Amino acid sequence: MNFFEFEDRLIPLGDWIQFLVDFLVENYRGFFQTLKLPVEKTLETLEWGFTSAHPLIIMAIFAFLAWKLAGKRVTIFTLATLFFIGMLGLWEDAMITMAMVMSSVIFCGLVGVPLGIMSGRSDRAEVAIRPFLDAMQTTPAFVYIVPVVMLFSIGTVSGVLATIVFAMPPIIRLTSLGIRHVDKELIEAAQAFGATPKQTLFKVQIPLAMPSIMAGLNQTIMMSLSMVVIAALIGAGGLGSPVFQGLNTLDIGLASVGGISIVLMAMMLDRITQGLSKKRKRKK
Amino acid sequence: MSTEEKVRIENLFKVFGSKPKTALKMLKEGKDKDQIHEETGMTIGVQDASFTINKGEIFVVMGLSGSGKSTLVRMLNRLIEPTSGAVYIDGENVSTMTDDELTEVRRKKMCMVFQSFALMPHLNVIDNVSFGLELSGVSKEERYARASDALDQVGLTVYSENYPDELSGGMQQRVGLARALAVDPDVLLMDEAFSALDPLIRCEMQDELIALQEHSQRTIIFISHDLDEAIKIGDRIAIMEGGRVVQVGTPEEILQNPADDYVRAFFKGVDPTNIITAGDISRNTQVQVIRHEGDGPATALQRLRNHDRDYGYVMNKKKEFVGVVSQENLQRVLKYSKLDSDNLSLALMEDVTPVLSTDSMQDILSEVSTKPYPIPVVDENNKYLGVISKNIFLRTLDKTEETINGEEI
Repeated sequence: MNFFEFEDRLIPLGDWIQFLVDFLVENYRGFFQTLKLPVEKTLETLEWGFTSAHPLIIMAIFAFLAWKLAGKRVTIFTLATLFFIGMLGLWEDAMITMAMVMSSVIFCGLVGVPLGIMSGRSDRAEVAIRPFLDAMQTTPAFVYIVPVVMLFSIGTVSGVLATIVFAMPPIIRLTSLGIRHVDKELIEAAQAFGATPKQTLFKVQIPLAMPSIMAGLNQTIMMSLSMVVIAALIGAGGLGSPVFQGLNTLDIGLASVGGISIVLMAMMLDRITQGLSKKRKRKK
Repeated sequence: MSTEEKVRIENLFKVFGSKPKTALKMLKEGKDKDQIHEETGMTIGVQDASFTINKGEIFVVMGLSGSGKSTLVRMLNRLIEPTSGAVYIDGENVSTMTDDELTEVRRKKMCMVFQSFALMPHLNVIDNVSFGLELSGVSKEERYARASDALDQVGLTVYSENYPDELSGGMQQRVGLARALAVDPDVLLMDEAFSALDPLIRCEMQDELIALQEHSQRTIIFISHDLDEAIKIGDRIAIMEGGRVVQVGTPEEILQNPADDYVRAFFKGVDPTNIITAGDISRNTQVQVIRHEGDGPATALQRLRNHDRDYGYVMNKKKEFVGVVSQENLQRVLKYSKLDSDNLSLALMEDVTPVLSTDSMQDILSEVSTKPYPIPVVDENNKYLGVISKNIFLRTLDKTEETINGEEI
């Protein structure tokens, strides 16, 4: 009996998946194309906004946000970063990336926060959701990028879709964590004063989970940025494309410039949104 | 105090575990809490609790931790669902209410103050206080007005814009109290409300609670593990042990007649002179002298002699206490003023102050020990009730010592 020598492939899982994807592409491509429509519209709008507005206006908006949320030092850093990226000649790419990150964050938030709340309030929901989150976070992007292209075709929208898959888990996890960490006694107090489950959620749990939800948003932004280069593989524009081009032509300089811009942008967005999660603790 | 019933608890049980029905059956078969826990892993939280709480009284549920007192109070507003039994408020059965009815009761009738304060950290003081009103949809203007009023009652008006973490523990609990008062509930549930405060602040809060209670007669159900607290604020006390209510009664009743060793042990080390009042031990054994017109010192002296007493207690026709006369004084008056008019007042002893029937033995100790005569006891209308002699005072002390030490009397 050579069963346990594992020489033959007894479970053709790969074939099954191949079959499933083929089946979906053949029969449900229309459905998936409709699915991508809202993402496409959002992305188009944001991209139009970011690229057509004068750089000074964009810089002013970011400087204002940084100043409001995070203070003077971050404001200076934000202006310097944007100015530097502009001087590198990557302004347009940076704005496309920004639009991609934003649309990904919007959809992660729209889907992720409710899912996070669900899994924060019910153990059963959490058990059901957790394996998907594990898969979304650990499956190498290269594995699902091909099916994504097959279902949603090539381009920036598919890049954003892949980004959403990768960047959604942290906001779900941290929202759930935030909801779970709300003091049991506070929930009990709310109930004792006659709060309905909905009131408890909106008046106690969500406000108190806000720092954690904001931290999740911050992580989602960071992970979206880390997908920029991989998204460029399937034809998404933005700061990923100089890196990708540089890799293809062994142009180390070009790849590095793209990479540095991504890092700087990540730092900038991180500092601004970290301010958000701290600021939320007390509004006066 | 009226004895109108406000809250009634009937055969309340709580079993924590997967099959409460089984545990209830085992209880009926006579198995005890520990046996059931051993066999099934289920815990009996509260076991067959029944009592009535009257309108306007402070009812203290007392027991050590794990005695089920917190579980019991949470079953009143169903933060914990009873396994079986019923809770009535104003005759309405809370345990069978729908969610909507229950929400209404929680919003309007029964509010809670928590040991850990449980204030919302993201809301400032005024928003915390108006939390209950906000839940029932009261307009912002009205709820702020009522909240300020409640804050005023606990003396925290100036802190309305502060956040809970900027306040001390005592102040936070005042906010917790104000949050409950703002709703103006009939019933106030206080779950170890003062236990997390340091002793001085705790004492202050107890005094304030009593003062508040004098203004508005709420029904307060107060959970405590501290006997001194229970005696100080409680009109009646229920003592719980291992999920059962062992005894219900006024502090004096419980002290003088502990139901079992557990209760007796509780009262060990308690100074009985704080609980037993002058009214409890006064005896009407002395000669009463009613001041009639024409009844002079001679009549009084005669009566004292007949009864072989040294002192007489003088009162008017309405039985209002006037003073004390002694044989010595009466003789002196008779000797020096031969007038027939009312000379009784001349024979009154100096420095006689009657004690109130509600004063504790502790309060009257110095009076009893320094005065030669048995000291007179009056009620709040100055009506004469009786006297306390040194003899009775000491005998009471001795008796309570014996009760507490578990010896037969």
